[in-house]
Amino acid sequence: MRHLLSTGDLDRDAAVLILDTAAQMAATQSREIKKLPTLRGRTVVNLFFEDSTRTRISFETAAKRLSADVINFSAKGSSVSKGESLKDTALTLQAMGADAVVIRHQASGAPHVLARSGWVDGAVVNAGDGTHQHPTQALLDAYTIRRHLVGGAGASDPAGRDLDGLHVAIVGDVLHSRVARSNVQLLTTLGARVTLVAPPTLVPVGVQQWPCDVSYHLDPVLADGAPDAVMMLRVQRERMGAGTSAGGFFPTPLEYTRNYGLDQRRLDLLPDHAVVMHPGPMNRGLEISADAADSPRAVIVEQVANGVAVRMAVLYLLLAGETHEERTGIA
Amino acid sequence: MTSGPAVPTTVLGAPEIGRALTRIAHELLERNKGAHDLVLLGIPTRGLPLAERLARRLAAVEPGLDPLALVGVLDVTMYRDDLSRHPTRPIGTTRLPAGGIDGKVVVLVDDVLYSGRTIRAALDAINDLGRPRAVQLAALVDRGHRELPIRADYVGKNLPTSQAERVRVLLDETDGRDAVLIEATR
Amino acid sequence: MSGSTRYVLRGVAPLGGDPVDLLLADGVIAAAGRGDIQAALDRDAAAGSPVVEVDGAGLVALPGLVDLHTHLREPGREDAETVGSGTRAAALGGFTAVHAMANTSPVADTAGVVEQVWRLGRDAGWVDVHPVGAVSIGLDGEHLAELGAMAASAARVRVFSDDGRCVHDPVLMRRALEYVKAFDGVVAQHAQEPRLTVGAQMHEGVVSAELGLTGWPAVAEEAIIARDVLLAEHVGSRLHVCHLSTAGSVELIRWAKSRGIDVTAEVTPHHLLLTDELARDYDPVYKVNPPLRTQADVDAVRDGLADGTIDIVATDHAPHTREDKDCEWAAAAMGMTGLETALSVVQETMVETGRMTWADVARVLSEAPARIGRVTDHGRPLTVGEPANLTLVDPAARTTVVPERQGTASVNSPFRGRELPGRVVATFLRGRATVLDGHAVPAPSATAPASGEVR
Repeated sequence: MRHLLSTGDLDRDAAVLILDTAAQMAATQSREIKKLPTLRGRTVVNLFFEDSTRTRISFETAAKRLSADVINFSAKGSSVSKGESLKDTALTLQAMGADAVVIRHQASGAPHVLARSGWVDGAVVNAGDGTHQHPTQALLDAYTIRRHLVGGAGASDPAGRDLDGLHVAIVGDVLHSRVARSNVQLLTTLGARVTLVAPPTLVPVGVQQWPCDVSYHLDPVLADGAPDAVMMLRVQRERMGAGTSAGGFFPTPLEYTRNYGLDQRRLDLLPDHAVVMHPGPMNRGLEISADAADSPRAVIVEQVANGVAVRMAVLYLLLAGETHEERTGIA
Repeated sequence: MTSGPAVPTTVLGAPEIGRALTRIAHELLERNKGAHDLVLLGIPTRGLPLAERLARRLAAVEPGLDPLALVGVLDVTMYRDDLSRHPTRPIGTTRLPAGGIDGKVVVLVDDVLYSGRTIRAALDAINDLGRPRAVQLAALVDRGHRELPIRADYVGKNLPTSQAERVRVLLDETDGRDAVLIEATR
Repeated sequence: MSGSTRYVLRGVAPLGGDPVDLLLADGVIAAAGRGDIQAALDRDAAAGSPVVEVDGAGLVALPGLVDLHTHLREPGREDAETVGSGTRAAALGGFTAVHAMANTSPVADTAGVVEQVWRLGRDAGWVDVHPVGAVSIGLDGEHLAELGAMAASAARVRVFSDDGRCVHDPVLMRRALEYVKAFDGVVAQHAQEPRLTVGAQMHEGVVSAELGLTGWPAVAEEAIIARDVLLAEHVGSRLHVCHLSTAGSVELIRWAKSRGIDVTAEVTPHHLLLTDELARDYDPVYKVNPPLRTQADVDAVRDGLADGTIDIVATDHAPHTREDKDCEWAAAAMGMTGLETALSVVQETMVETGRMTWADVARVLSEAPARIGRVTDHGRPLTVGEPANLTLVDPAARTTVVPERQGTASVNSPFRGRELPGRVVATFLRGRATVLDGHAVPAPSATAPASGEVR
């Protein structure tokens, strides 16, 4: 693995290796001394063109737990209006000797541009790009699902195993969701079946090529599809209602909640073992009710903790081995 | 290019390995005045079955000892100093006995003692896991060429080698048979 | 006229037909055939003007190509292209006339600006530059620009377009279509429904869904074309559809023509060859408007071009500076260069696939665009007495595209590294060689008006 740009680049074995590595990382995080010397001397740059305190802190924690040096580079505001800035920023980071660049960007594909450009030698980790991909989020989701639902919920070690036979419903704004895109690819690579549930306006044209089912109705998916996990997507405020520049994608928040919100009644439709997930931050009362968010089935807080382990695993797998120059002799 | 396949020389067979482990087990008991407070941490891959074999031998001598309660596994991958010189290594499991290692005598068990760097990493790993009363080292084979001031407390067999040679330990649990082989490398 | 170099083209194949010798002298094709040429040369021997022989064996002679859709960027973005560099690129691509789009800065929406561009082209001397006038003031889509003044200016504008933007207001479009009838003009529409394409980055479909780039749906093009052909029919005017890119658009044009509507349509070389799959690497060199479409669309526009539904190939040559492409996809400018690869792409996609002859190539790249733009001295037959505007192509050559070696000042060619057939060996503008042996030949006095040009 040279970069982590998209879950589409991961085959089953690569994905399982990341999950297994994450499990070992998670085991170290219950110790008193959580810090490992593994990446001493390596420099990880968090290059965030878009605010995301949660993701940035998660990556920062992961890198620090592995003893890497961390540089946080918040480039918000200097970004997309003039593309030159990505290049100049990248060249600056290269001069600082970044071994890995964790990039969050509002433009889909910006991490690909960075990885392809030759502006930086280091590994590029996509920490969320526009409406494209958020691979570490999908990995932590898959990790969380595996921990809860594979090997009898902790009864046996799920190491080496995928998500074969599980059914995951992903509900909400699929059109604009990098979480949904990443998860559809990763979860199906791992053998799970995915059903997307969204109003038709929030389903992308071209979705028929995705390896998943699409439904416009939540109740039958929950009741008849018996999903093992339900992942609620955040609804962006700016997508709501008429009068927005791109047009409202649904009439009112109330109607959205009525048709696609996860509440106690819908929770009761689920199989007993099913878990409820949300990438955060939640809009309580919109896509998820407080009842659902705080129910014992919700593994939302655990997702956050697993995020650190998964990101440690990704940084380890990208940075611990031979350096790129040692491997190939070329930049 | 090699000049044909190297024929490995068997330097220890199954009976010799068994006798060496039995001897180490007795030395362990003698030196530590019993198995009380002993923890055997096997270093993957072959240190773990060796630790388990040693524990069974201890239990055979010391009645009432649960051999499995003595044994743990210590993966040192994340403490290695040579990570950037090799392709990325998968991380193995670390599992301590239920009683932990604080105040215990930890015996690191590995198959081959060579440069000492693995043991250096293991000492660092132990340091992050707790505070044992003492740490000792048992190795089935000591082939010399130390790069660090580390020595074994218990050695199955001292095996003078050249650095051009490769020492392979085969164990029934991992390889289907017991043997120690030396083969020439390019 | 004597004194200027005369050229004898030996054994060239006009429109790929039987080889013939052609004499270019005094700005025209002066003679054809070995005997007549020798007689003409003997007759004028005393004049003393130099005679250059060009070995034309294996070369196809085409009327000089005419581009109905070129962005020369001057005035305003001389960092991307100038009239000089753009028209030199055009000559190297086999063109003898180009239509310079109006979205410059300032916009070509007055007689002053179009005359300036026209003069810059005349002074550069590479090709004839025919400025396109803006339909609306400042391309604002609200107020008609002074179309009549531009038509009456020295630039004699006949093609009007807000290209880059769509004339989306149906009333403004109707008025423009009506108004240009007074001087036999044509409105060249950039068909893009703006509300359906807010923030659009690439073709809306399977690839955009996966890449998370905002989609540019085919319907946004087709809806405007449908409306415009009906408007053109209603007011009895002439409509030209720029860079048509979808299978549905081909169907609409076919239907409109079957109804007798006076509509013409163009396709770009890149829409004949490239698909939206190229966006997968997020390399903005493939970002263009309208976007690269699917293979089904590529097949449809090839069909449409072959059967005459699509009248012409026009480059939409859109040079951009490196900083406008060296960035994230969303931040990048739309457009790609094309003047120097257009003929090769047409050869690759249409001639080598057996769908078109060289005579068809002459039709779609020279005769028809000249007719649409009302350019009378280009796109003419290669016969004695006609203006000596022609280009010689070696169809057997294959070259790998290296944008840095092109004549255009920008390097945003989507064909970088691709091997394409055909090579322009020579181009003649009214008998003057602008390109010889594949190299650009500057005019002896680049600021002097070329003879015979002033109308």
